[in-house]
Formats: sequence, structure tokens, C-alpha cells
Amino acid sequence: MTAPPSAGPLIEVEHLTMRFGGLVAIDDVSFTARSQAITAVIGPNGAGKTTVFNCITGFYKPTIGRLTLRSAGREFLLERMRGHEIGQKARVARTFQNIRLFSGMTVLENLMVAQHNKLMRASGWSLLGLVGAAGFQRAEAASVELARLWLERIGLVADADRPAGELPYGAQRRLEIARAMCTEPVLLCLDEPAAGLNPRESAELNQLLVSIRDRDGIGVLLIEHDMSVVMNISDHIVVLDYGRKIAEGAPVAVRNDPAVIRAYLGTDEEALDA
Amino acid sequence: MGPRLPLMLKDAGLTAFVAAALGIFIVGFRTVDQGGGKGLGFDYHLVDLVVAVFVIFIGRLGLSMAANGLRWPAIVLGVAMIVAGASPMKLPSGFLHWFVALGGVLLVIRAIWPWASDAMGVAARTPSGVALGKAGTKWFGWLLLAAAVLMPFTPLADQKTMDLGVLILTYVMLGWGLNIVVGLAGLLDLGYVAFYAVGAYAYALLSTHYGLGFWTVLPLAGMMAALFGIVLGFPVLRLRGDYLAIVTLGFGEIIRLVLLNWFDLTNGPAGIGSIPGPTLFGAVFAETPPPGKQTVSEMLGIAFDGNHRLIFLYYIILGLALITNLFTQRMRRLPVGRAWEALREDETACQALGINPTNTKLTAFAIGAMFAGFAGSFFAAKQRFISPESFVFIESAIILAIVVLGGMGSQIGVVLAAVLLIGLPEWFRDLGSYRMLAFGLAMVLIMVFKPRGLISHREPSIRLHPAGSGGGG
Amino acid sequence: MAYFTQQLINAITLGAIYGLIAIGYTMVYGIIGMINFAHGEVFMIGGFISLIGFIICGSLGISSAPIAIVLVLLLAMSFSAVYGWAIERTAYRPLRGSFRLAPLISAIGVSIALQNYVQLAQGARPKPGGQVVSGGFNLFTADGFDVRVTWLQIIIVLVTVVLMAGFTWVIAKTSLGRQQRACEQDMKMAALLGVNVDRTISLTFVLGAALAAVAGMLFLMYYGVVDFFIGFLAGIKAFTAAVLGGIGSLPGAMLGGLLIGLIEVFWAGYFSSEYKDVAAFAILVLVLIFRPSGLLGKPEIEKV
Repeated sequence: MTAPPSAGPLIEVEHLTMRFGGLVAIDDVSFTARSQAITAVIGPNGAGKTTVFNCITGFYKPTIGRLTLRSAGREFLLERMRGHEIGQKARVARTFQNIRLFSGMTVLENLMVAQHNKLMRASGWSLLGLVGAAGFQRAEAASVELARLWLERIGLVADADRPAGELPYGAQRRLEIARAMCTEPVLLCLDEPAAGLNPRESAELNQLLVSIRDRDGIGVLLIEHDMSVVMNISDHIVVLDYGRKIAEGAPVAVRNDPAVIRAYLGTDEEALDA
Repeated sequence: MGPRLPLMLKDAGLTAFVAAALGIFIVGFRTVDQGGGKGLGFDYHLVDLVVAVFVIFIGRLGLSMAANGLRWPAIVLGVAMIVAGASPMKLPSGFLHWFVALGGVLLVIRAIWPWASDAMGVAARTPSGVALGKAGTKWFGWLLLAAAVLMPFTPLADQKTMDLGVLILTYVMLGWGLNIVVGLAGLLDLGYVAFYAVGAYAYALLSTHYGLGFWTVLPLAGMMAALFGIVLGFPVLRLRGDYLAIVTLGFGEIIRLVLLNWFDLTNGPAGIGSIPGPTLFGAVFAETPPPGKQTVSEMLGIAFDGNHRLIFLYYIILGLALITNLFTQRMRRLPVGRAWEALREDETACQALGINPTNTKLTAFAIGAMFAGFAGSFFAAKQRFISPESFVFIESAIILAIVVLGGMGSQIGVVLAAVLLIGLPEWFRDLGSYRMLAFGLAMVLIMVFKPRGLISHREPSIRLHPAGSGGGG
Repeated sequence: MAYFTQQLINAITLGAIYGLIAIGYTMVYGIIGMINFAHGEVFMIGGFISLIGFIICGSLGISSAPIAIVLVLLLAMSFSAVYGWAIERTAYRPLRGSFRLAPLISAIGVSIALQNYVQLAQGARPKPGGQVVSGGFNLFTADGFDVRVTWLQIIIVLVTVVLMAGFTWVIAKTSLGRQQRACEQDMKMAALLGVNVDRTISLTFVLGAALAAVAGMLFLMYYGVVDFFIGFLAGIKAFTAAVLGGIGSLPGAMLGGLLIGLIEVFWAGYFSSEYKDVAAFAILVLVLIFRPSGLLGKPEIEKV
């Protein structure tokens, strides 16, 4: 599934503006993200990072702006698509700041639900599945195989039949990423994946994200506060403050940008070093 | 005991005081018509009230004792209550005897509960206990099924039992149908009985106006109910959980009110009568054949017996219920079934995974409605008379109570709950008038103490490691 | 025109009663986000307590209508408030933090139990009574049709307006009102700042129940009859009123009540009385589908 490195950007965010009543959460933000690259969106609390994600993944309809995703020679205008179509057709997957697993269902079931649309077609919208057609059984076996592959990559094979809610916190974070990856996305949006992880887990996460970029060759869009994650693995960083973009560029450039340092004042400068 | 006793007494006193305030007017002063145009007067039930409040005081005291580890005093109080309830002591009403005795039973259960659950917990953790538990859940279903199939051939099967069996199975089927909507997809549907009504009226009208037979109409009725489900569900399934519940309640009432007032079609409150019963290969169940028809006893060459019709109905509803069950079990293991459960767990996450929430909910809603439609046309064929009175909100609430008590999503749980909630009250007719009161209280108590119902175990729809191997949990 | 005016007067009276019940729904929803399905039954119990209160007044020889009304009002409000308190304490409070439909299912259970409790204790038949105020005056006569306002209608509207004003004052100006609004905004934060959340929620139920009891008394006086089942329909209609006005909004509840009263009375007056309840249900469904935030409510922004 390695996509050929495309010339243009994978997703292009242009003049994105989001207002809630009188409150301007995002104000004319533009940036791009490429395939086979990790693009981080950082900024102080309340800078509008999650709102950007919610616009890209269809949970909010932007007030103004255009969100274009280009993959496999097709072009999707995300702001015009209905919520679930963004995952289904444009193949954008995401995780959530406060983990949203199907906690009563098992780990494997979580990964099977992620392959819903593919399996629905294979089950003939349940008709073939009800009669146990061979084609559906093959498709289901293939889906289980994909799930097993991901469980191996996140080290949870032995826990496959446990309810997802019983897993330790760090494992839940990894599982949520694996679940998003099981939708076979072209763009993966991660909302603070390192939140609440200890240093060891955080390092494992870095490896996982790098392997997703290099092995799976998709674009990764990352919101993160943990600068050890952001500075180590990002290829490109977008800095937001009060809903506006104040800087953009390679990690080294962003780290030394005076505007960024000013925005982070109050935390201290070392927060950016790590 | 020492320092905590005054606190417990105070707490029990407060509870009794609140109970007295709640009961003084509604229970203490029963309004009765004095006749002769004198208007309403009172029938005083203050003694009942005093006894009830006293029992509540003792009960609350016993509960606090049990909660604070004073088991023996609690057991003594409980036994005293049972004895008092069972004694020939003269209380103002029979209900109070029950009230006192049941209160005692509950108190004793509460007091010995920690021991019992410890003992059960220890037993369940031993290897043989684990094996027994697994085998038990596996075989229990088959045992129930065998009992249900053989029941008509046992000496127990008199008319009363068979009637009750048909009734319970009807609710089991409705419970299983609603379980798809509420238990699996997590959509609280308070108007489920509307689809039952659609099925019933579909059969009643098509058979009395166009002479169509039961087996022809059965699939049509199911499809019609499913269609209603889609038409009603499409605009409302986007709503949040509790709003959806109220809207479905509204739809249920609208359909009932239309049935009540659309005289030309439904004959209004008077209902539709002389609905033909189901036939067996075209033969009817009757002593003498109607013109141009054959009776079943003639066809089979056996003597006529009124019970044959009942046995036939029993097997029809058993078959319909089993189809509902098999279908549901199968759907649960398909992608759509997993998507239902995922929607119940987290709709936002489903949307992020590219699952169309509206369509997925709609399939659950329509399939649930379809089974209610089947059950409805069976109901019409069995009763041979239907009227809007059979399709009131309380019926929806009863079916919901069965699903909730059973443990949402559990198929065996629904059977147990239906036997408990429908079977027991029918069996003890004396309790009849207290049945709905107990129903309501049971719903509250289950939510408070056992929100996951009688059977809370969930079997995964798919496994990576075979069941029972080390990897699973 | 005369017929229209008469219907308008009747509709305002009915709307006042619905509005009083709707406040209970709206407040509880505002503070803990649940539909208190049993609220209609508290209204019904308020009606029964009023009925019993009027009979007691009669047997005590209190013949002055104003005194009887005030006494019964206080009686019904205080004893129904105990019901509101007890329901929250036993059936809802233990469920905070349970799965999201649990409180609603529990509330349905409470509603069924209360209906049957009253049916068992008081009998199933409708109970007549409470007609302590009679008479009225002709507003005007047109097209040979007398437009009449009864004293009772004036009392109903007056009581409602006074209670509404008092209630708005409580919410806007007192510390109880501030705590209540704080809990509505953010329960955790309110608790951290020293607001006794449990007490505030209890008081919300108590106030809602007291207002429902007033509605119960006014209903009894207006229709002259109560039975154990009146809570179901009145409850649904009042809930519709709360949703129509914008759930969580107090003026919305009152406005919604008035609108539901208008729709019901005019529908029955000009179209068909058989389908008047269908009209109420249809409005509930339509509002929830097309404008779930109601007329005066704020739209909810879902956080993900």
C-alpha cells in the first residue's frame, strides 16, 4: 500500500474560518500536508487545533474555507461532504483527544468495525452474509488477517479477545491508532496521541508513527503538546495561536521563531526544546 | 453496634417520616363516592399507613445494619417481619401481610448477600466452576428449547398452561425483536407496540376484507411494519438518545389514536372481529368445516379436540420466535450487527470510521419493526379480535422492561425476563392488580442495582483465539 | 370573531397549566440533562392531593373559597414537593454515572409505579371535585355569541403569572438560583467552587414538583375531575411545550405552554376534537426533527 510520492500536497487547507456565534475559533488559517510526512499542528491551549481537526474530519462545517484532499488522482472537497463520507470516500481517519474506543466490544471487534464498509460490500449488504456465502467468508478472513497484522504492530495480539475498555491506558491509545489504520486511510489525523503516556510509551508511539509514515506511506496530521514527540518526528510544523496561524516550517525553524516563543511565553522557552 | 446505632435510628426515622408524608393523603384518605348526590367522602386507611410506615422504619433500620456489617440483627429483624407477615395477626388488608413478609424476605436476602456472593464468587473461580459456568450457559439455552418443544406433550399442558405458554412466547418474540433495536443498536424505542399494531391490523384487514390467509399475510405484515419503521425512522434517527425515545413514544401514540379514530378503516374503538385463525395446509381448526374448507381433524383423521388449535398456535409462535432469535444471532456476527453494537457504544467514533449512522440505525429499526409486525399478525390470528386497546404505551413499556431486565443484548436474558414478568403475575392471579406496580418498581430497582440486567455476559461476535484458550479473557 | 375570542381565552387558561408543568421538565433537563418522565405523575398526584384537600376543607366547614384555595395550594405544593424530592433521591441520584439511557428507563419505571400506586390507593374511576369557584362575566356579545370569562379562568392565569414572576425572581436573584445556574453550566466546576450540587439538584426537583402540583390543583378546579391517568397526556404535552419553547429556557417553557394550549384548543375548536392529541404529538415530532433547540433555546454544539 505504499503510494507513489505525489507531487502536490495531500491535503490543502485554504482560508479556513470557523465561528461559533460571536466566537471566532479559527481565523483564516491555510496550510498543506503531504503524503509520507508527519505534519504537526501545535499551539497553546484554546488555539483552535482540535477545531481544525473537526473541520477536516467533518464534525464541524467550516464557516468559510476550502479543504481539498487529493489522492489517487481524485479530488475531494471535504467541506462539502457529509460526516461519515469523509472517512468512507476521502479516506481520512482520526483519533480523539479523549479516547473513543467501543469499550464494551473486544479489541478484535474494534478493528473489524473499522473495516465496516469493505465488509458490508462483501456481505452483499448482509444478504450474502446471512446465507454464509464463501466470498464473504474469504473477505472476513482477510479482514481478520489485517487486524492481526495491526495487533502485531502494536503488540496486542494476546489481548485480541478482551474488551477494549479493560486495556491499560497506553494500549488503548495504540489500539485507537490501529483502528483508524484499519480503515486503510490516506490521511491519518491524531489528536494528542501522546497525552497521558509515560516516557517509554511515548517513545514507542514515536516509532509507531514513524513506521506509519515510512511503511504505509500515508500522510499524518498530528496535534500534540508533547514537544519530545513533535520535535523528534515531525517533518513540518504549523503553529496556531488564538485561531490564527503564526508560524509554519521545519522543526528547527519553528523552534527559533520569535512569534512562537512569544505565544508560548508563560510556559517557558525550554518547553520547546526538549 | 454502639455509636452507630443512633445514626441508623435517625436515618430510619427520617425514611419513615418521608414515607408517611408520601402516603398520608394518597393512601390514608381513600376518596369514595358516598352516593345519593353527597359527592366524595373518605374511607380512612390510616391504620394501613401506620403499619406500612412502621415496616419501612424496621426495613430501613435492617438495611443500614446489613450495610454496616451487623448481619445477625438484620437477619433477626427480617425473620421477625416474615413471621409477622405470615401470622394470622389481623391487619387491615391482605396486601399488608404480603408487604410485611416480602419486606422481610428482601431484608434477609440483603443480609446474607455478602456471604452468598462470596461463596458464589469462590466457586465460580475454581477450574471446575469455570467449566460448569461455560457448559451451563451453553446447555441452558438448549435445555430451555427442549422444554419449550416438549411442553405440549407433558401432562402439564392443560388449556391454562398452553394459553400462558403462547402469551409468554409472544412476549419473548417481541422482546427479541426489540432487543435488536434497544439492546444491540442502543436506540431507546418507546413506541415499539405501534409496529405490533401495524402487523395486527394488516392481517385483520387483509383477511376480513380480501380473504387472504394467515401464511400469505404474515410476510406482508412484516414488510409493512418494516416499511413503517423506515418511514418513521428516517427523519428521527438522527436525534439524540432521549429525544429519540420521546419521538418514538409520540409516533406510537399517533398510530394508536389514528386506529382509534379512523372508523372507516379500523372500526374505531369497537375493533375488528371474526378474524380467521391460521390454517394447516389449508385446513381449518374447527369442529364443523365452513363451506368449501376441510377441518384439520378430518384431514388427519383424528377426533376433534379444542386443544389442537392451541397446540398449533403454540408451535407457530415458538417457530416465529426461534426464527427471530436465529436471525438476530446471525446478524450479530455480520458487519452490520457489529456496527449496531459500535453505534450503541460510540456514535461519534463510528462516524469517524466512515460508518453511515443513519442507514445503520435504520436497518436495526426496520428489522425490529418487521419482527413486531410478524408477532402482530400472529396476535390477531390468535385473538380473532383486535382493538386499539391492545396497543397502548404500557405494552411498549412492558416489552422494554423485558429487554432491560434480561440484560440488554442478551437473548437468554429476554426469555428469563419474559417468564418472570409475564409468567409469574399471570400464574398468581391474586397479584394481578399489583402487577404493574411491581413492574414499575422492578424497572427502577434494576437500573439502580443491576443496570446490566440478569445476564450481563457478552459473547464476542468474533474471536482471534479459540474460546477458552489462554489468550482470551 | 366572538367564537375566536372565546377559544383564545380558553387556550390561554389551558396553556398556563401546561406552562407550569413544562417548567419542571425544562429545569431538570437544564441541570442534569435528563427527561424526567415521571414529572407528569407528580402533576397527577398534586391533583389528587388537592382533591383530598378540598374535601377536608369542606368537612372542616371552611366555606370561603379564597381561604380554601390558599390552604389547598400550600398543602398540594408541600406534599408533592416531597414526591419530587423522594423520586430524585431514590430513582435518579444513584444513576449518575450509569449508562446514558439508565435515568430515562428508571423514570419510566417511576411513572408506571406511581400511576398504579394511585390507582390502587384511590381507585381507577375519575374523581369529581374541586369546584369551589363558579360564575364569571360576559366580556361582550357578538353574532349572538356570548364571550365569557369565568372567575376561575382569571384565578388560573393570575396564579400562574404570580408564580412565574416569583420563580423568575428566585432563579435570577437568589443564591439558590445562582447555584442552580452554576450547576447548569458546569456541574464539576460548581462543586469545586463549593456549591452543594446534590442539594441544588434536589431543590430543582422540589421546585418543579411544587409547580406541577399547582398545575394539578388548577387542572382539578378547571375540569372538575382527576384520575390516575391524567399525568401521561398532560406530561407529554407539557414536555412538548418545553421542547417547543427551547428546553432549558424558563420563558421558553411558558411560551411553549401557551402555544400548545392555543394549538390544542383551536385544533379542537376548528378541526376535530378526536385528533387534538394527535396534533400535540405531531408538533412534538416536528419540533424535535426540524428545530430541536426550540424557539428560545440555544443550539447545542457537540464536543468531540
